[in-house]
Amino acid sequence: MFDFSIITTAIDQFLRSLMPSAMAVFLECVLVAVCVIVAYVLLAIVMIFMERKVCAAFQCRLGPMRVGFWGLLQVFADVFKMIIKEIIHFKRTDNLLYNLAPYLVVLSSLLTFSCLPFARGLEVLDFNMGIFFVMATSSFGVLGIMLAGWSSNNKYSMIGAMRSGAQMVSYELSIGLSMLTLVALSGTMQLSEIVERQADTWFIFKGHLPALTAFIIYLIAGNAETNRGPFDLPEAESELTAGYHTEYSGMGFGFFYVAEFMNLFIVSGIASTLFLGGWMPLHIPGLDGFNAVMDFIPGIVWFMGKTFFVIWLLMWVKWTFPRLRIDQVITLEWKYLVPIGLINLLIMTLCVVMGWTL
Amino acid sequence: MELNTLSIIFAGLATMMVAASLLAVTTRNIMRATVYLLFVLFGTAGIYFILHYAFLGAVQVTVYAGGIIVLFVFAALLIGRGTRDLTHTSILRYTAGFTAAVTGLALSVYLIFTHSFPEVKSPTSIVPMNLIGHTMMGADKYNFVLPFEVVSVLLLACMVGALLIARKR
Repeated sequence: MFDFSIITTAIDQFLRSLMPSAMAVFLECVLVAVCVIVAYVLLAIVMIFMERKVCAAFQCRLGPMRVGFWGLLQVFADVFKMIIKEIIHFKRTDNLLYNLAPYLVVLSSLLTFSCLPFARGLEVLDFNMGIFFVMATSSFGVLGIMLAGWSSNNKYSMIGAMRSGAQMVSYELSIGLSMLTLVALSGTMQLSEIVERQADTWFIFKGHLPALTAFIIYLIAGNAETNRGPFDLPEAESELTAGYHTEYSGMGFGFFYVAEFMNLFIVSGIASTLFLGGWMPLHIPGLDGFNAVMDFIPGIVWFMGKTFFVIWLLMWVKWTFPRLRIDQVITLEWKYLVPIGLINLLIMTLCVVMGWTL
Repeated sequence: MELNTLSIIFAGLATMMVAASLLAVTTRNIMRATVYLLFVLFGTAGIYFILHYAFLGAVQVTVYAGGIIVLFVFAALLIGRGTRDLTHTSILRYTAGFTAAVTGLALSVYLIFTHSFPEVKSPTSIVPMNLIGHTMMGADKYNFVLPFEVVSVLLLACMVGALLIARKR
């Protein structure tokens, strides 16, 4: 498999030969940040287009068709519209918090995004407790949503924010438990190392029943964590106008919108890293010829393919199921998912200790 | 200390923390105070990261930014309007607050000037996760299984208490 660290090391050495190392490190940080932000925005545009097409397909429509071939330029037109929109300020709102809130949400999802291992050697933040860092950075996104709801000085926003807070704080627990189950199986928390250890078999096959249960719990909780699908009560448009971002216009709304889609991408990316092997090709022990053929497909194609497969699963759920009530959401989490997750963690630990893994 | 990248980052973080702490105690809006406090806690996490204590930094972000601050915001939302009138407090409260502040300041200044600040060897690379796990759950010397369990019993007691209060009669 191609190792991207060859390219990054070459760039690093080239920069260090030109300037002092502190300057080089600073320049690299800026470069990496620009790359991450560009990738973030481009992926968001791809996902918004995909969402509209998938939604249209599920509703037997065509979706956007007029702008560009097959509607391909529609999202770019929408982005342009969003940028030139007027930003409206309200009188009795807390302006500081109102303007800060979208940035908190985007910051949280950008930090989480930069933890994803896209291919071998192509990851920005790779700590030895990477999966925990992912949880840490994704945990303060809810704060931005709550501040947005509060500072808008609007009852709909407020209710949306409260719902979102209750929902996201609850479902974080299930996400943590299913991640912990996989950490027990992999024996490491470093994301790149987790991918390396799936070289023989992906964890969803290696951990068979408990891993599959954890995968399903993770998908449900991840869908709730992104405020999407049947869990979109924080912005239930039929009852709360647009929930916590009712009062936002222009790019303030754009940030929330992009962060929501990118959180979906991040949830799917983490799911594909933990369960489906990330950029690791499909390897079947014993079939060496098959494995060698699979290695010819680049890692980034594998990662994107798996991630978009999970995204498609989540979109399928979103456009199929009706919205839950808030008490049903909380009941589902605390009375079903958390106990199942805890028992599942025990079973997984037992499997790992007894060596009952594939 | 020579001027290197780390000291520049540290200076930035420290300035942010001091400014945010001052703003947190001087603002009259409880919601803004919470947000300023969030930036202080982010700064602390940043300092842990530059000391190579990545796990501690992540815990700081999870527990404080993602847990405590969200809890504060929830509490502030539930007690009604975010802005509380803090101008008309009794003289007794002023005296109590002033005494507490002066005592805290005196104690901190005394400790800073009398403590010898021995050279502590901080790790040169990120502390491995396995070592942290073994130290947390080990029963040998300098291991922390007892405090760990005591804290979990305390949390259990808190949860039982909260359930008892929230229970429908």
